[in-house]
Amino acid sequence: MFAEIPLFPEQASTHAERVDTLFFFLLAVTGAVAILVTVLVIYFAVRYRRRPGGPPTPRILGSVWLETFWSVFPFLIFLIMFAWGAQVYFVLTEPPADALEIYVVGRQWMWKVQHPEGHREINELHVPRGKAVKLTLTSEDVIHDFSVPAFRTKIDVLPGRYVHTWFQATKTGRFHLYCAQYCGTNHAGMIGSIVVMEPSEYAAWLNSHAEGSLALQGRKLFLKLQCVSCHSADSRARTPVLEDLFGSTVHLRDGSTVTADAAYIRESILKPRAKIVAGWEPIMPTFQGQVDEEDLIKLIAYIKSLRPGQTPVRTEDAAPPVRGTISP
Amino acid sequence: MSTLTAPFRPQALATPPPEPKANYLNVSYGVKSWLLTTDHKRIALLYLVSVTLMFFVGGAAATLIRVNLLTPAGSLVTADTYNKLFSAHGIIMVFFFLVPVVPTVLGNFLLPMMIGARDLAFPRLNLLSWYAYMAGATLILWVIFSGGVDTGWTFYTPFSSKSSHASVIPAMLAIVIGGFSGIFTGLNFVVTVHRLRAPGLTWFRLPLFVWSLYATSIILLLATPVLAMTLILVAVERVWGIGIFDPALGGDPLLFQHLFWFYSHPAVYIMILPGMGIVSEIIPCFSRKNIFGYKFVAFASIGIAVLGFLVWAHHMFVAGQSRFAAMIFSFLSYLVAVPSAIKVFNWTATLYKGSITYHTPMLFALGFIGLFTLGGLTGLMLAALGLNVHVHDTYFIIAHFHFIMVGGMVMAYMAGLHYWWPKITGRLYPEGWGRLAALIVFIGFILTFSPQFVLGYLGMPRRYHAYAQEFQVLNVLSTAGASILAVGYLLPLIYLIWSLRYGKKAGDNPWDATGLEWQSPSPPPPDNFAEPPVVTCGPYEYALGPGVRSQESGVKIPETEVHNV
Repeated sequence: MFAEIPLFPEQASTHAERVDTLFFFLLAVTGAVAILVTVLVIYFAVRYRRRPGGPPTPRILGSVWLETFWSVFPFLIFLIMFAWGAQVYFVLTEPPADALEIYVVGRQWMWKVQHPEGHREINELHVPRGKAVKLTLTSEDVIHDFSVPAFRTKIDVLPGRYVHTWFQATKTGRFHLYCAQYCGTNHAGMIGSIVVMEPSEYAAWLNSHAEGSLALQGRKLFLKLQCVSCHSADSRARTPVLEDLFGSTVHLRDGSTVTADAAYIRESILKPRAKIVAGWEPIMPTFQGQVDEEDLIKLIAYIKSLRPGQTPVRTEDAAPPVRGTISP
Repeated sequence: MSTLTAPFRPQALATPPPEPKANYLNVSYGVKSWLLTTDHKRIALLYLVSVTLMFFVGGAAATLIRVNLLTPAGSLVTADTYNKLFSAHGIIMVFFFLVPVVPTVLGNFLLPMMIGARDLAFPRLNLLSWYAYMAGATLILWVIFSGGVDTGWTFYTPFSSKSSHASVIPAMLAIVIGGFSGIFTGLNFVVTVHRLRAPGLTWFRLPLFVWSLYATSIILLLATPVLAMTLILVAVERVWGIGIFDPALGGDPLLFQHLFWFYSHPAVYIMILPGMGIVSEIIPCFSRKNIFGYKFVAFASIGIAVLGFLVWAHHMFVAGQSRFAAMIFSFLSYLVAVPSAIKVFNWTATLYKGSITYHTPMLFALGFIGLFTLGGLTGLMLAALGLNVHVHDTYFIIAHFHFIMVGGMVMAYMAGLHYWWPKITGRLYPEGWGRLAALIVFIGFILTFSPQFVLGYLGMPRRYHAYAQEFQVLNVLSTAGASILAVGYLLPLIYLIWSLRYGKKAGDNPWDATGLEWQSPSPPPPDNFAEPPVVTCGPYEYALGPGVRSQESGVKIPETEVHNV
């Protein structure tokens, strides 16, 4: 039994070594100070213990030089800790541009995962080894936290907004996923696994579970929710065309600009009047209550994929209703 | 205390033993004389009984938590009960023990005596503060025993405002009411220190315990109202559905965290500063030395109080704030570590060339230095952004703040309680048992919380009712330590009560301490001093003989003399 007591967590991502190196540096410096203080206190306490007939104690009031030394010197070391910590933090919070993007929705008390290829998982996340993975996360109810100790990543997952984290797995295997932000009764049960596979196995796994890509599912929603009747590419369009929208700069009626990212599109669907595009009338109704977080992710994936000339024509309205588009 | 070098006191030998005089304990009897008292010393005892009760209720919750965590499945209680247990533990220990304990018990008793005053500036406000505390404490106990609250002591929204089905509003109300007790006490202390100092007691002759209480009072006054307002806003959202924190209603959950930590981080310093003050009294006394770097230690308290207001968002490094904000709060967190480091180095330097005895208060104080230092150093790790992400909300954090709060603050409180016990009761506690308790607490503490650092770095999240199999051995170790710690806390409860009746008479000043509070009889008369004392020197002139210290000597004592070591 004792052979199995772990004392140090597995290193399974590119972050792990970076974070652990910082940790060992901090451990060495703080450990040295702890030993210094302990040894001094014990040495003084023994060396200067009271002896019968001992000399009277000297009247020592202080030393400005010593005070300056032990204020400034620690501070300089703190600056190194600060800078190193900030540098690692910037790596942890800056996903590379070519990362594989996967969506995660937390709710009491489960994790729902959507791959761009369309596969959905609950309390499991399959990822390829050696490929950067960017997670976009949101919550349906309270604050959760997506924590993978073996990867040294952790991010609070908030309702009403998207947050991002990323990692690049270096080892295949199964790793703990925890909810690290207290979220109610079954908080300790909001756990799961990250399954890291070789890229070839991952590709095979994706194929075996094909359900149509996330963008394709989003397209079906786009038609079903009648988005297309206004956001059409023809001359009768009453609202902006969404082709090539994602990532572009949008000019708003109040003169400001905004980058069309996932958070912007999400807000525009739920609160269409929050940011009105210059030159258009605010005629769009809210879709709050009609789409859930998973539908939003599908719609965003679709809009992200939309290239010029790809907006469906409105005659597709007459096409037979697609099945299984609204998630249960 | 024959082991202490007896100071030479010609007057004491010449005069016959004094007549037994009325002291604050025997001046009047009856329940009414206690419940309606405005004597700061009696109110301190009322607080002592109340916070001790709350400490053991909170401790009982901790015991159940630790027993539940003996097995990975958490087989003692259900998940819901577990959540209510750690919520009760946190709420009681933070709001009804750690925040009030030293200011209201030792501070109430000693602050007027240390500055040569007859009472606090507002004696009736002081009594009102105890009633506010009792109202809050009674309400929270009712909440806990009538079903409990499951939000944790942090009340994070939107869980607390929308999702929880427990008695959230009564629990918050209890904290708001109890908070008024702190505001009243803080106000009283600030005015008292400004207005009621004895003749000759300049700011730089104040004992460092008074400096730390002063800094604490400022935080209490400025931060507690923010907590009250925040909790009231949660109640408004919960009752009327007005969107403040819940994004579904148009609110912002991070706003709650900013407001909550704007109080709760300074509250950490409310909890630790008075402990630092106690240690600054005890180390000089049992080393027979002036405190090293008096002004640096005094200003470090003020520095901590000010900077402590500027670091709140280091609780939110993974909560979704901007990276720029995270950097600023990381930097400021390192800045606030500097004055704490200054204090530790000055305490250590005070021991140098001292004449040190190992009485119980000194053992607790030395234990404080060790454990507080470890807590502070692990805080430096947590302030490093890149590392914080990994250990945030894990047992690493739990271990870190228990090192500060229990290893630091509770050790300091125990040190102070033993140190001033003869002053408060006129009796000595049994020294052998005291030393044993200090040793048991120290060992039990280390064994309880050290494994939690490892658990945290392994990734075990906090507030988990059940956990992965591989964490079991370390959790069992921690629980074993907790049972030793429990013995260490029960032991003083028994022998201190025992000493009330059977303890040796202490005499007025058993430690031969220089503090003004020791210049009056123990236990003190109702109005503290027969005649107002006149102060002629700083508080820690242990190196000078008692003859030189006294006001009759006429010796001019240099206050600015600095020796290079």
